[in-house]
Amino acid sequence: MIIDTTEIETINSFSKLESLKEVYGIIWMLVPIVTLVLGITIGVLVIVWLEREISAGIQQRIGPEYAGPLGILQALADGTKLLLKENLIPSTGDTRLFSIGPSIAVISIFLSYSVIPFGDHLVLADLSIGVFFWIAISSIAPVGLLMSGYGSNNKYSFLGGLRAAAQSISYEIPLALCVLSISLLSNSLSTVDIVEAQSKYGFWGWNLWRQPIGFIVFLISSLAECERLPFDLPEAEEELVAGYQTEYSGIKFGLFYIASYLNLLVSSLFVTVLYLGGWNLSIPYIFVPDIFGINKGGKVFGTLIGIFITLAKTYLFLFIPIATRWTLPRLRMDQLLNLGWKFLLPISLGNLLLTTSSQLLSL
Amino acid sequence: MNSIQFPLLDRTAPNSVISTTLNDLSNWSRLSSLWPLLYGTSCCFIEFASLIGSRFDFDRYGLVPRSSPRQSDLILTAGTVTMKMAPSLVRLYEQMPEPKYVIAMGACTITGGMFSTDSYSTVRGVDKLIPVDVYLPGCPPKPEAVIDAITKLRKKISRELYEDRIRSQRANRCFTTNHKFHVRRSIHTGNYDQRVLYQPPSTSEIPTEIFFKYKNSVSSAELVN
Repeated sequence: MIIDTTEIETINSFSKLESLKEVYGIIWMLVPIVTLVLGITIGVLVIVWLEREISAGIQQRIGPEYAGPLGILQALADGTKLLLKENLIPSTGDTRLFSIGPSIAVISIFLSYSVIPFGDHLVLADLSIGVFFWIAISSIAPVGLLMSGYGSNNKYSFLGGLRAAAQSISYEIPLALCVLSISLLSNSLSTVDIVEAQSKYGFWGWNLWRQPIGFIVFLISSLAECERLPFDLPEAEEELVAGYQTEYSGIKFGLFYIASYLNLLVSSLFVTVLYLGGWNLSIPYIFVPDIFGINKGGKVFGTLIGIFITLAKTYLFLFIPIATRWTLPRLRMDQLLNLGWKFLLPISLGNLLLTTSSQLLSL
Repeated sequence: MNSIQFPLLDRTAPNSVISTTLNDLSNWSRLSSLWPLLYGTSCCFIEFASLIGSRFDFDRYGLVPRSSPRQSDLILTAGTVTMKMAPSLVRLYEQMPEPKYVIAMGACTITGGMFSTDSYSTVRGVDKLIPVDVYLPGCPPKPEAVIDAITKLRKKISRELYEDRIRSQRANRCFTTNHKFHVRRSIHTGNYDQRVLYQPPSTSEIPTEIFFKYKNSVSSAELVN
């Protein structure tokens, strides 16, 4: 042996260091992801509680009262119960499709959170195709729903799955056209750029004022994408028992339950980002750094303020879908498709045409 | 859920702090989100339905009515159960996933009520079909009485031990008849003129062994119940 033992030891320690560094790198990659997932889960629990209390308020009820103060822990109790419940798999169904379905629905929605900026450049992945990524990813979820509807071997499940697929395909198009006109205004598909394009004139710089038609179309079609009440045909309780969820019990049903609220949260966050100016304070002539000074502590504080503003806008906006759910009746299938194809699609196309021509003429 | 997946929940381990806390946690979560099945056969359901509304609001206790038995924990047998409805009720009960509870609502489902003396079709008490946790008398019981029953059920769940539930699952599995179809010679032969000379099909076509086996299984199951 030419190399003596000490050299081998040094080489070994060096490789150990390298591997440690790699491990640290992986951990540092995982930290923001885990934080985001935890934060989103808490956000979903808050939405569930909000929905139950708001619905109670609309119907002059009290709502959850005994699980924790003001029933705050109600969603947590539901989740724990679903986790500890028996998991049933239909014997004649397709077991693999049945098991994979809910996870596909949840994962595809979770992925779309990665392009949402919560604060000043506080985004998991600042992709240059951010909004396009969301549109692409969100059309995977109906595949999961279709799989679970087919795998259950139940006519109600299958009908529900088919309805979910038909609905989200037909409402994807107006949604994508609205997003396209927004990206024309800010010359970028990146969510961070879209927010920064709205930051100039505070409250009056919001895309909401430049795209009022687009905002309304986006609102309606995002409600349809979330399968919220005016459009909740896939899980219509009176016609299909619970739609594609009929055969699901325990935590798999819990996954569907979470997925619907995750979808609601993500579309509300996208409304904030695309139309309501994202993390900006949005009061004209006041800039956050001017008030709090631009030192190191102020920067952290500014980030926290940004997160707070984003979440405040999002949760204030959430009142609209929740109140809609508890006031409007359900559409028929033909009404739903007529609204999607004959009304929203032409209107969003016209909106796109208007936006494009104004951009061409003014620039 | 089975005991292998959640070994910490097992109370056979010495009364450690962790096991009791987990037991309490599962009991708490179960009692504070009892989702009832939307099930009703007659007038009791009117009283049950008024609980969904604003005056009696059982969402305060975390009850969300579900239409699918797969997602519900509780079945309130609201209304008279007839012989014709009985198989469906048992099937609905068996479709529910395991921590499941039954409230027998109304006199009809406790003893048969006013149909208990001379009815040819009423099941005299739903506990002949499925295991009942709380009996709720009344004809029909007021919504306040239903809330009282739910409170009693919540108390019962809060005292539950995990081990006991597993044991009761093994013992009190209710028996349902396994219907077997026997192929017989068709009586629709087209020769309807011979109706005058029609003789009732004799039972001797069924092999006697199967017949006795079937009968034995019925009697043994009755012993279990």
